[in-house]
Amino acid sequence: MNDPIIEVEGLAKDFGKVRALDGLSLTVPPGGIYGLLGPNGPGKTTLIRVLTTLLEPDAGSARVAGVDVRTDPDGVRARIGLAGQAAAVDEVLTGRENVEMVGRLYGLPRHEARRRAQEMLGRIHLVGAPDRPVRTYSGGMRRRLDLAASLVGRPQVLFLDEPTAGLDPASRRDLWELIGDLVGTGTTVLLTTQYLEEADQLADRIAVVDHGRLVGEGTGEQLKDRVGGAVVELRLPGGDHGPTLAALRDAGMDPSYDEHTGRVVLGAPDGSRTLTKALRRLDAEGINPAGATLRKPTLDDVFLALTGHRASPSGSGPDLPARGGRPGQARRAEAAR
Amino acid sequence: MSTATATIPRRPTGLRRAASDTAVVARRNLVRTIRLPEVLLTSSTMPVVFILMFTYVFGGAVQATLPPAAAGRYANWLVPGLLAQFALFGSVATASGLAEDLASGVIDRFRSLPMARSAVLAGRTLADLVRSTVTLTLMLAVGLAIGFRWQTSLPGLLAGLAIVLAFGYAWSWVMALLGLVVRTAEAVQAAAYVGVFPLAFTSSVFVPTQTMPGWLQAFAANQPLTVATNALRGLLLGPGALHPGQTVGGQVVLALLWSAAIFAVASPLAVRRCRRTVS
Repeated sequence: MNDPIIEVEGLAKDFGKVRALDGLSLTVPPGGIYGLLGPNGPGKTTLIRVLTTLLEPDAGSARVAGVDVRTDPDGVRARIGLAGQAAAVDEVLTGRENVEMVGRLYGLPRHEARRRAQEMLGRIHLVGAPDRPVRTYSGGMRRRLDLAASLVGRPQVLFLDEPTAGLDPASRRDLWELIGDLVGTGTTVLLTTQYLEEADQLADRIAVVDHGRLVGEGTGEQLKDRVGGAVVELRLPGGDHGPTLAALRDAGMDPSYDEHTGRVVLGAPDGSRTLTKALRRLDAEGINPAGATLRKPTLDDVFLALTGHRASPSGSGPDLPARGGRPGQARRAEAAR
Repeated sequence: MSTATATIPRRPTGLRRAASDTAVVARRNLVRTIRLPEVLLTSSTMPVVFILMFTYVFGGAVQATLPPAAAGRYANWLVPGLLAQFALFGSVATASGLAEDLASGVIDRFRSLPMARSAVLAGRTLADLVRSTVTLTLMLAVGLAIGFRWQTSLPGLLAGLAIVLAFGYAWSWVMALLGLVVRTAEAVQAAAYVGVFPLAFTSSVFVPTQTMPGWLQAFAANQPLTVATNALRGLLLGPGALHPGQTVGGQVVLALLWSAAIFAVASPLAVRRCRRTVS
C-alpha cells in the first residue's frame, strides 16, 4: 500500500581495492527509524553518501522519496536531511546562525528560516547556548545542533550517519531520546550505527550490512528469531575452539566462534535440550568446556551468526575491516538467502 | 510519488537562486573572517611589513633606476606594485579556506543541500574579494602615510584598484582549484606560495624589469602580475611609469584580458572539481 521511501538496487562502489558496496539491495518502508548495522568499515557511510548524492555509485540504482539519486540529485537534496559524521556545523558561527544558514540554503525566505531555527533550537534544549559560538559547545550539544540543522528543511528522509559515535553514554542516551522525539512527524530516519544497543533501542527495522552486502534484514525480534529463542555460550579452556566447532558441526549444529570474547556461540532452537545435546557430544569427544550458559539472544549474537564476527569493535579499530579467511565467511552466503 | 513531489516547494531556479545562495555562503565566510581577528591581523600584517621594509631598506638603492614618473620616490613606484602583488597573494586565502571547509565537513553539508552548485565557490571567492579590498585599502593608507602620492586623478586610482582586484579575483578561482585538489590547509598554503612568490619577484613589482637578464626579461615583462602592476602604475603615475612603447590603455586592456582568461580557464575546472570532490 505504501511505496517504499528508499529503494536501493545492486549498488556497487569501489575505492581502489576496497569494495565498499558490493551489489547492495535494500528497501526501506516509509515512517519510523530504519537502522543500518555493520562493523567499522566503509560500507554504511558509503551507502549514506550515495543516497545523499555526495557520491556517485559505480553501478546500481537508488531512489530516495521516489526520486532517482543519479538523474535528479537536486530533487533528492530538497527532500533529505543529513547529520552525523559526514556533515559538519560551523565552529565559528553560533548555533542559531548555523541552523538559519542551512534553512536559507534549503531555499527558505529569511523570516521563515529564522522562525524555524527558533523552533528547532527550542526543541533541542540548548539552554542559553544558541547565540554562543559552536566551538564553546560540548560534543553532545554539537550533535544536537547538527540534528536541528538537518531537520530545518523538514525532510522526508533524515540520514543520521553514526550520530552518537564518540559520545559518552549519558550524552548518547540524551541523543537517542531526542531522535525518538523528533521523529514521528512523518520523517523517515535512516540511521547507521555500529552499536547494537543503539539499533536495538531506536530502530523499527534493521538491516545488517557486512562487506558491502546485505546479510540480514527485519525487525530486531525477527533477527533474533533467526538465531532461535535462545543461545548457548561455551567457554573453552585454553581457547582451543577448532575441535569443538568440528564436533558440533558433525552433530548438525551451526556454531560460531567469537574472536572477541573467545567463546563458542550456538543457536539453541530447542533451549536446554540443545545445551544438553551439545554437552553430550563434546563429552563424547573428550572436550570439557570450562563454562556453558543458556541465555536470550542479543543483536550481537545475530550479527555474529550472520557475519562470523562481532559488530562492536573494542575501542577504536582501524577504518577498514581486515579481509581474508575467517570462520564465518562460508556461512555468510547461506545466511544472506 | 506524485503526492510526494507536490509537497516539495520547488525552488526558484537559475540565477536568482544562485545569487541568493552565493550571498548566504559569502556572508558566512565574512562573518568567520570578522570573528577570527587573528586571521585578519596576520593577513594584513604582511603587506604592511612589505611596504615599510622595501621602502626603507631598498628604497635608497633602487631610486636611481626608477623612471622620472616616480618623482624620485621609491614609495611611488613600490606601492602600486605591492597593491597588485597582494591582490594576487590575497587569493591564497581562497585555497586554504576551501581546504579547511573540506576537512571539517562543511563542504559536504553544503553539497547535501538543494542549493546552487556554484554558490559554494562563488560565495567563497566573493568573500575573499571583500577581504582583499579591505587589505588593499589599508595598504593604501599606510602607503600615503609614508609618502606615496598618486600623480593622476582619483578616478584613475579607483579604476586601477578595480583592475587589480579583478585580477586577484580571477586568481582566487585558480586557488579554489588548488584548495580542492590539495585539501590540507597547510600544504595548500605552501603550494600556493611556491607559485606566487616567484611570480612576484620576477615582475615589475619591486624593480623595473629592464635591469634583469634578457632571458628573464622576456618573461618578466609579459607575465600577468607585471601587466596588472603596469596597468595600475600607469593609472596612478601616468604613462611615464611604463616602458617606452607601452600605453596605459594597452596595459589596462592586457590586464583585463589576462584576468578574463585566467577566470575562464580556472572557474569551470574548479566548479567541476567541487562537484566531484569526495572527502
